[in-house]
Amino acid sequence: MGTVTAPAAQPVREARRRRVPSRARGLGLNLVALLLGIGLWALLAGLGVQGLPGPVRVAHRAAEVLGDGTLEGDALASLRRVLLGFALGTALAVPAGFLMGWYGVARGLLEPWVQFFRTIPPLAIIPLAIVVLGIGETPKILVIALGAFLSCVISTFQGVIGVDPTLVNAARVLGAGDRVIFTRVVVPASTPFIVVGMRIGLGSAWATLVAAELIAAQQGLGFRMQQAQVYYDLPTIFVGLITIGVLGLLMDRLLLLAERRLGGWQDRR
Amino acid sequence: MNGTRPDGARTGKAAPPDAAKIEFRAVGKVYPAAGGGTAVTALGGVDLGIADEEFVTVVGPSGCGKSTLLGVAAGLVPPTSGEVLVDGRPVTGPGPERGVIFQQYALFPWLTVRGNVEFGLKVAGVPRRERRARAEHFIGLVGLGDFADAHPRTLSGGMRQRCALARAYAAEPRILLMDEPFGALDALTRVRMQDRLLDIWGRERRTVLFITHDVDEAVYLGGRVVVMASPGRVQEVVDVGLPRPRTEEVRLSPEFAEIRNRIWHAVYHQEGNTT
Ligand SMILES: Nc1ncnc2c1ncn2[C@@H]1O[C@H](COP(=O)(O)OP(=O)(O)O)[C@@H](O)[C@H]1O
Ligand SMILES: [Mg+2]
Repeated sequence: MGTVTAPAAQPVREARRRRVPSRARGLGLNLVALLLGIGLWALLAGLGVQGLPGPVRVAHRAAEVLGDGTLEGDALASLRRVLLGFALGTALAVPAGFLMGWYGVARGLLEPWVQFFRTIPPLAIIPLAIVVLGIGETPKILVIALGAFLSCVISTFQGVIGVDPTLVNAARVLGAGDRVIFTRVVVPASTPFIVVGMRIGLGSAWATLVAAELIAAQQGLGFRMQQAQVYYDLPTIFVGLITIGVLGLLMDRLLLLAERRLGGWQDRR
Repeated sequence: MNGTRPDGARTGKAAPPDAAKIEFRAVGKVYPAAGGGTAVTALGGVDLGIADEEFVTVVGPSGCGKSTLLGVAAGLVPPTSGEVLVDGRPVTGPGPERGVIFQQYALFPWLTVRGNVEFGLKVAGVPRRERRARAEHFIGLVGLGDFADAHPRTLSGGMRQRCALARAYAAEPRILLMDEPFGALDALTRVRMQDRLLDIWGRERRTVLFITHDVDEAVYLGGRVVVMASPGRVQEVVDVGLPRPRTEEVRLSPEFAEIRNRIWHAVYHQEGNTT
């Protein structure tokens, strides 16, 4: 890059390299971005921005809460809620999305409710959940499930109605009946959409988590951050934020992997 | 002008209509008005008979109802009047004796070439081993032996269409309905595909109804060429009468040019044609 070469040839090669960054190069850049971000953080903290703890203090706090087991306990409690809520939400969303895409009657019955609930932020459901379901695990998981359900049901539905009608016709002329068309054409054709919907649903599950843990929890990342806020304990808040980010990212990567595996046949757009 | 004849026969004597493999009887199709538009007549009473093992091509300007005609024969488009008989029985839906090739290939992108070719066999409940063997045969027949495990997105247009051909052939239909199958291919690939199709047809004879908007293609492939005009009617049926097998020599012969010119005029100088 820094070497001096024939200027005429250089721009072309540069342009090509920019368009198709190699894997290692991409990872290297990600790493640089990470280090730069932490550097900037350290700098801001060093400059004495009001109450901002530096990376070292946060790392120290993380080691402490890891050492006494609170972080593991909180992470497990939160993960359990996210996973249960997410699993419940998507398990209901996929069949509901298929029904809506496949049967006009189901669409007519379900769509108004889906659209209605989509306009209500899960946070706003919480007071209702507490009154109706109490302060146990159930309302937390259900609120998370609702968020995951709403994001996943829409994309499943869109995947089903977006199935290319010529593929359906191709299957019909090869002798397929409705059942075979559904299982062998509609399901595989909409799978990539479903996985995308699951990724969005997962994001919304994490987003709902902190809010759900405001409901009198004993444990959980959101709960811990909420408590730390009372004591003005910024390092703990940072540990919580970073843990949520890292866990969310890991789960998203897993789904991305599934998307590649299941949707590898798609033309890359 | 209608009636049925064996492919390439020049006798001009119509066979009795009940010998027709496919028979269109006053087939009409009107698409109802949608969204404030007017109803569209796609087919205005088509009569046409196609004999067993005959290769009939249909040519006509875009929008004249060719795809609708094929869709009705395939059982994918219900006619609004008249009927299509296959082996004397009215068509009410798709059937295993009719294979269809679509212009957009319509391959299942999540399946490999082999998976696509086996699809119809699987649906028909053909046992695994026989399915494999039959798919193998037809994949070889279209020259995709080395690509049996490739996904459609990795194939060229010509290879995709060959895969679609193998998929349709594998179900061993007696009738092949092809809707502008080579329309999206470049000129050279198209000529190769035509030769390959004729070669396969020569070895495993089927009744073929082949739609195209390319007059050269219609003449080169067809025993008879059906010229359609808007809205959805048969303007003329021309006996090609060129010898088979069709070769480059045939393609470049003055007889070919003569028929091509005649059909060209019939297609592009239709009354009321303003485009
Ligand atoms: N599903 C449909 N709904 C309404 N109109 C249609 C539909 N399919 C085709 N048509 C109309 O019918 C006419 C014939 O179409 P088509 O059979 O596709 O012609 P071709 O294949 O010769 O181009 C056109 O005017 C077209 O717009
Ligand atoms: Mg067409």
